[in-house]
Amino acid sequence: MSIAISVSDLSKIYGEAAAVSHATFEVPKGTVCGFVGPNGAGKTTTIRMLLGLISATGGTGTVLGESINEPEKYLPRVGAMIEGPAFYPALSAKENLNVLATLGHFPKKRVDELLELVGLADRAGSKFKTYSLGMKQRLGIAAALLPNPELLILDEPTNGLDPEGIQEIRELMQSLAQEGTTVFVSSHLLSELEMISEHLVMLRKGKVLFTGRLAELLAAQQPIVIAVPENVSDLGKVSEIANRMGHQAQIVASEVRIVGENDFTADLNRAVFAEGITLSTLIAQLPSLEETFFDMTGEQA
Amino acid sequence: MINVIRAEFRKLRRPTLTLGTLLATLFFSVLFTYLIFSEVKSPQGGGRPGAVAPTVESISLANGVVVSFQQVPVLLGIIALCIFAAQMAQEYTYGTLRNLLVRQPSRMKILAGKYISMSIFGLLIVAASAITSIGVSYGLADWAGVNTTAWSSAEGTQAITETLVNVSIAVIIYGTIGMILGILLRSPISSIALGVIWFLILDNILSGVLSASAKWLPGQLIDSLTRGGTDSISYDRSATLLAIYVGISALVAAILFKRRDVAN
Repeated sequence: MSIAISVSDLSKIYGEAAAVSHATFEVPKGTVCGFVGPNGAGKTTTIRMLLGLISATGGTGTVLGESINEPEKYLPRVGAMIEGPAFYPALSAKENLNVLATLGHFPKKRVDELLELVGLADRAGSKFKTYSLGMKQRLGIAAALLPNPELLILDEPTNGLDPEGIQEIRELMQSLAQEGTTVFVSSHLLSELEMISEHLVMLRKGKVLFTGRLAELLAAQQPIVIAVPENVSDLGKVSEIANRMGHQAQIVASEVRIVGENDFTADLNRAVFAEGITLSTLIAQLPSLEETFFDMTGEQA
Repeated sequence: MINVIRAEFRKLRRPTLTLGTLLATLFFSVLFTYLIFSEVKSPQGGGRPGAVAPTVESISLANGVVVSFQQVPVLLGIIALCIFAAQMAQEYTYGTLRNLLVRQPSRMKILAGKYISMSIFGLLIVAASAITSIGVSYGLADWAGVNTTAWSSAEGTQAITETLVNVSIAVIIYGTIGMILGILLRSPISSIALGVIWFLILDNILSGVLSASAKWLPGQLIDSLTRGGTDSISYDRSATLLAIYVGISALVAAILFKRRDVAN
């Protein structure tokens, strides 16, 4: 499997604080790779190092086979949107893209194609400062796509987008990956990432907590049985029964979450029925990425 | 490099900036020329106390054609300083520098391209001012009773050429200082405020209070350069010192621009 991004022991130290500490991970080519972590985990700093915007204090890295110390060798094949869209407020969307297209020597028609793709063709002549947050975000994504990149790095691409916009961006990332583009995307919308990511890099306080296939991460988590009694007053009883059966149970809102495999559901159903309790819902599932994330990072849901 | 220059021109050519700058340049060029010729025409003679007032005779000399044009470099310079500083510092405040560096990773090419395009813009301002000042001078000459025969002589042409070159250099120096301040301070407001306060206020106060300091102060040196040298500061001294000042600070700014993390 060929690798789009590879970093080893990558660090960035500001004074005595380590924004990124000995990060080691790989991103396979042609996949969507989620890059997650709480605020201040070092995601944006890592992305900036990959793009040659800030220098690494230590460690090594390659992007598309070239050292991160020589960004001029790979950046022409990379598209990026970092920390939100940044454009000249007094210029129109089209002029802003034209500035970047001129700089990167990309054909003018590419600008029109991308404005159409991100749904800004009708407002292409409007000044950037008149744009809504969602429109600015779309323009940022268009700018990132200018070079028809082999690697697309997106930092919070769905910020400010409405549900329809989020879905469009999700579909766009999936279609790009299907065409062979590697998409390295950081986002706080973990449910979105779970839907599209094959790989995942999880950071916390500058350190890599997990790197690998998302399916492997989720499979390694303890499965959960969710039981919802018909009568809310039976929540405590259900939890107690599960505990008696040797399974750790916890009441969360109007449901009982029990650590247990799929085959435990039948045993639990029989046990609670024997005590006169009817369950309206009984399902076994793996924890979501969001639950796994909170579990691993110790963050509050 | 050419792509950087072209990309920068896309920003510079926006109507508010281009037209605003052009109108300001034309306004001040016309105003200064009118004031010079009003002084000439005035029966009491003009001029500030202690200053040598232009007269019909002095303006009728070959170099009279550029007397009004020689009055505008400070204002043109301040305009250039503001444009260079704003265009540079805004890349930091808007966060657009990261976009530029992703599309053109060579920071020196970005810096050189921006500098060249802004310098060309500055030279266009100078050209517009020169054409206006000289044109209006011809227009007002009859009204003020000035004979323009010597203006068209070889000596007059030489005076125009020399002044144009000196004013162009002065404006580029002002702009370079603005760009350096923009890189160092990374804030349009701070860099423009510092530049304007220095050149319009502090430089003049210091040269007035400590007259010996005048031959070291950049504002006074640029003024001398524009006039082809003055009694107190020679042209060569102005050119040499300004080259040293600008050279050293440009080097420091370029090193900073190349090495500094782009973290915003």
